[in-house]
Amino acid sequence: MKPVFQAPVNLPLPVKMLLRDWRAGELRVLALALVIAVASVTSVAFFADRVWQALTREANQLLGADVLLVSDHPFAPDLSEEIAKRGLARVDGVSFVSMARAGDVTQLAGVKAVSAGYPLRGKLRVAPRLNAADAETDAIPPPGTVWLDERLSAALGVEVGQQIELGNARLTVGAVLTLEPDRGVSFFNIAPRLLLRMDDLPATGLIQTGSRASYQLYVAGARASTEAYETWAKPKLGPGQRIESLGNARPEVRAGLDRAQQFLGLSAMLAVILAAVAIALSTRRYTQRHLDGYAVMRCFGAQQGRLFALFSWEFVLLGLAACAIGCVLGFAGQAVIARWLTDFVASSLPQPGAYPVLQGFAAGLLLLLGFALPPLLQLKNVPAIRVIRREVGAPRQGALAGYALGLAALGALLVWQAGELKLGATVFVGFAAAFMLFWLTSLGALRLFAALGRAGSVSWRYGLANLRRRSRANAVQIVALALGLTALLLLTFIRGDLLESWRTKLPQDAPNRFVVNIQPEQVQPLARFLAENKVEAPSTFPMVRARLTAINGRAVSAADYADERARRQIDREFNLSFMQTPPPGNQVTGGHWFNAEDLAQGSVSVEVWIAERLGIKLGDSLSFSGGGASATVPVTSLRKLDWDTMRPNFFFVTTPKALAGFPLSFMTTFRLPATEAMFTTRLTQAFPNLTVIDVGAVMRQINGVLDQVIRAVEFVFLFALVAGVLVLYAALLSTQDERVQEAALMRALGASRAQVAGAQRAEFMALGLVAGVLAAAGTTAIGYVLAERVFQFPWQFNAAIWLAGPLAGLACVALNAWLGGRAALNHPPMLALREAS
Amino acid sequence: MVKAAGLSKVVPNGASQLTILHEIDLAVMAGEAAAIVGASGSGKSTLLGLLAGLDTPSAGSVHLDGVDLFALDEDGRAALRAKLLGFVFQSFQLLPALNALENVMLPLELAGTAGAGQHATAMLERVGLGERLAHYPKHLSGGEQQRVALARAFVMQPKLLLADEPTGNLDPDTGAGIIDLMFALNAAAGTTLVLVTHDDAIARRCQRQIRLHGGRIVA
Repeated sequence: MKPVFQAPVNLPLPVKMLLRDWRAGELRVLALALVIAVASVTSVAFFADRVWQALTREANQLLGADVLLVSDHPFAPDLSEEIAKRGLARVDGVSFVSMARAGDVTQLAGVKAVSAGYPLRGKLRVAPRLNAADAETDAIPPPGTVWLDERLSAALGVEVGQQIELGNARLTVGAVLTLEPDRGVSFFNIAPRLLLRMDDLPATGLIQTGSRASYQLYVAGARASTEAYETWAKPKLGPGQRIESLGNARPEVRAGLDRAQQFLGLSAMLAVILAAVAIALSTRRYTQRHLDGYAVMRCFGAQQGRLFALFSWEFVLLGLAACAIGCVLGFAGQAVIARWLTDFVASSLPQPGAYPVLQGFAAGLLLLLGFALPPLLQLKNVPAIRVIRREVGAPRQGALAGYALGLAALGALLVWQAGELKLGATVFVGFAAAFMLFWLTSLGALRLFAALGRAGSVSWRYGLANLRRRSRANAVQIVALALGLTALLLLTFIRGDLLESWRTKLPQDAPNRFVVNIQPEQVQPLARFLAENKVEAPSTFPMVRARLTAINGRAVSAADYADERARRQIDREFNLSFMQTPPPGNQVTGGHWFNAEDLAQGSVSVEVWIAERLGIKLGDSLSFSGGGASATVPVTSLRKLDWDTMRPNFFFVTTPKALAGFPLSFMTTFRLPATEAMFTTRLTQAFPNLTVIDVGAVMRQINGVLDQVIRAVEFVFLFALVAGVLVLYAALLSTQDERVQEAALMRALGASRAQVAGAQRAEFMALGLVAGVLAAAGTTAIGYVLAERVFQFPWQFNAAIWLAGPLAGLACVALNAWLGGRAALNHPPMLALREAS
Repeated sequence: MVKAAGLSKVVPNGASQLTILHEIDLAVMAGEAAAIVGASGSGKSTLLGLLAGLDTPSAGSVHLDGVDLFALDEDGRAALRAKLLGFVFQSFQLLPALNALENVMLPLELAGTAGAGQHATAMLERVGLGERLAHYPKHLSGGEQQRVALARAFVMQPKLLLADEPTGNLDPDTGAGIIDLMFALNAAAGTTLVLVTHDDAIARRCQRQIRLHGGRIVA
């Protein structure tokens, strides 16, 4: 006798029902859908958590710390002592500008003295000599040595091992400093770098009372602790002191991180939407297969409420188990990918937190509640009389209204996953609109195909007749297939288009050197020098350093602003420029660019971000002062500019005559090929007063961040791909029972295998074609919205989508026809008919 | 045991009304076996559904063991069914996901009866399926499935067994075996039996035949 498998008798009935349904294979597809949904969500959540942490750390590398305190005078002891008390890592730094000497050569150097452990985030890179391969190091210069960057080495004409003088000290050049992670934080006013250890600073005698120096406290540690320290320290800061952290770091870095989060959020959302469809389809099938059982149990006297509670508990238990398995799989998946990405991630990824587990369970149970409950609820309407009259109590097909709860849950999940209302809402509305449109178009298309199917072979007529007969079920299948295909097309086309647009926003030929401090009389000689050396300098901008002193005649100071960034900006001198035509890449968003009257009377154009921060509106009058001069000009336009381009950007641009009398210098930018390292030396030798800023290192850092994000997005899209395939499978299964029975009946009536297969082929082909065309339309629409409205990239029509959509649709149904048809044809007709009865 | 009075069932049929049952009066005494016979469409199954409280009448009443069935709400009728009734259906109505033993255990489990496994095993042994406890419906023949259904009906020791064409899906030999088994179990348990059939031979094995024609009792 075959051993009897049965659930232990002392288990609660919902557990026994769950085990029995599981054993009978009734719940496997549903469970798989849920496991994959949760695995996708948690893999994304775990991985996104880790990537986000890594990105945060990358961004923090631009600070060299998680939190950076900057002061124009030494810090009070309590600020630095508190860091150790809180168990955080601390590094002290002092930077100032001073002359370095080597023999007869003197050069202005940006001196930075640091204590051991610097930088707390990111790594220094050093080379043993000029133009040699560099490598990361965890050390700082040993006692008695300094590290010079390539420009300073070249300018001073010293090599590793030789000595230089700095103030009263003689120090040995220990290495060439090639990368300093926090170099980019304030890359204006950067003189060539000289790095020494803090212990050697007193010997130079350069820091004395009244010395102009900037003091830094680098802080790093667990996110919660650094945030707590930042909160603690903020109110203790005095004038001339500020905190820099990820939140208030440079706008272009912030823009990169924000966009990274959007990409990851979007990727996660696709998997969520597709999983929801798969769950709804699976549960619908489960419900259909349990209608009779439910009626029988009602017949036995089980009360409606009790039965519904039993089924609900069974699903909740299944949901919890699936969520747990999904979380484990998600964790494993992200671990595998993190390992796979080792080559691409500059530093190892931090371990994820526990929050993604919570997210996984919440997402899984919400999906179950939203998309499994509505079909389950239909069981409640099944009357007991169905045991005698089977035609009674069949659930309504495709009751979309029943999914209102699910759609609401999905909407909430989307916003949650996106971390942003606008993006979440855009994708939700996009999919909801696509869903409705797909549904209505499917029904119309099915009618059309049915009308075409009145002539032709038996298989053709029978297959197309099925389209009309099962129009609602088929429409559900088309919608599901179209959604899956939309995701696949989004993955393969739109993703590529968007990522490419994103990459090209940072052109490979972007300028990598900024030259500042160009005196008016040097503009022409410098242009000639650049031209002689075949270096193209795209444009030269006048630059005036000035403070914003009043808005509408009212004096402004940091105390007027609550916003930290506004406080910082108002305390500083701005780099103003003046010009007659709008700077390239700038877009006037309010008011008008300078007209003849403005040019005659003087006016200013303000960048929108700073205008918002400082509360500046069109028509306000702004007073600037600098170098003993002052000017008051009206705001006649607001400008939006793109921080990603690495072009020189100015918060304030005035008309040329407005700043007459202010001390004037010029700046220019150019791209220096990597092979031309010595050009900078020749330039500074020819124009000793110029400061040449190497933005190449900053660019490399930002490109590195982009690379990581793109890899992460590609990985995250894989989950959407898996979820999309699952939707197709669930859609296939949803009508498989019926198809198997029909095939059995046809064969019992004498149809050949070829005729049965032909009928299915006709039906599937029509389904695939309609779904493919719909998916192409949906993808194009979503791509347009994403490009134009969300990511603000120019949208381009991609004709390949319209070829790939229908082809992919046909390919999917070919697989369907093979799988489904095989099942139908291989199922013994007698068995199928007996099951049907 | 069962008493119907003035029982009618009218359903809408397009713009008009279709009367399926017309003022049926009948009574079946405790321990009695009654057959409801008639041609297809005569209203037999509808009458059985109303006697079990699975459907509601357009007019009239049904008393089960003295309780007015339609004075109760749906859950009240379900509770009464759990207490009094057993069912056997033409299409067996076994749950495909459950094996034979679990199908028989199910009503016991729903009622919270202790020792469901032992009771169900014993019952399946009585119907000759002691060796097929772990078999699923799809692996059982029609006759075997109906025997599982009989075991499931009798395991609750119902006072009243309602059987709707229990041999309708079986060949004559198998059907005869099932009818023998059902009458044997019925006799042993002293259960009241109401049997719907269109087979006069089977009907004659009951003490009484109630013949329906066009929704009315004609004999």
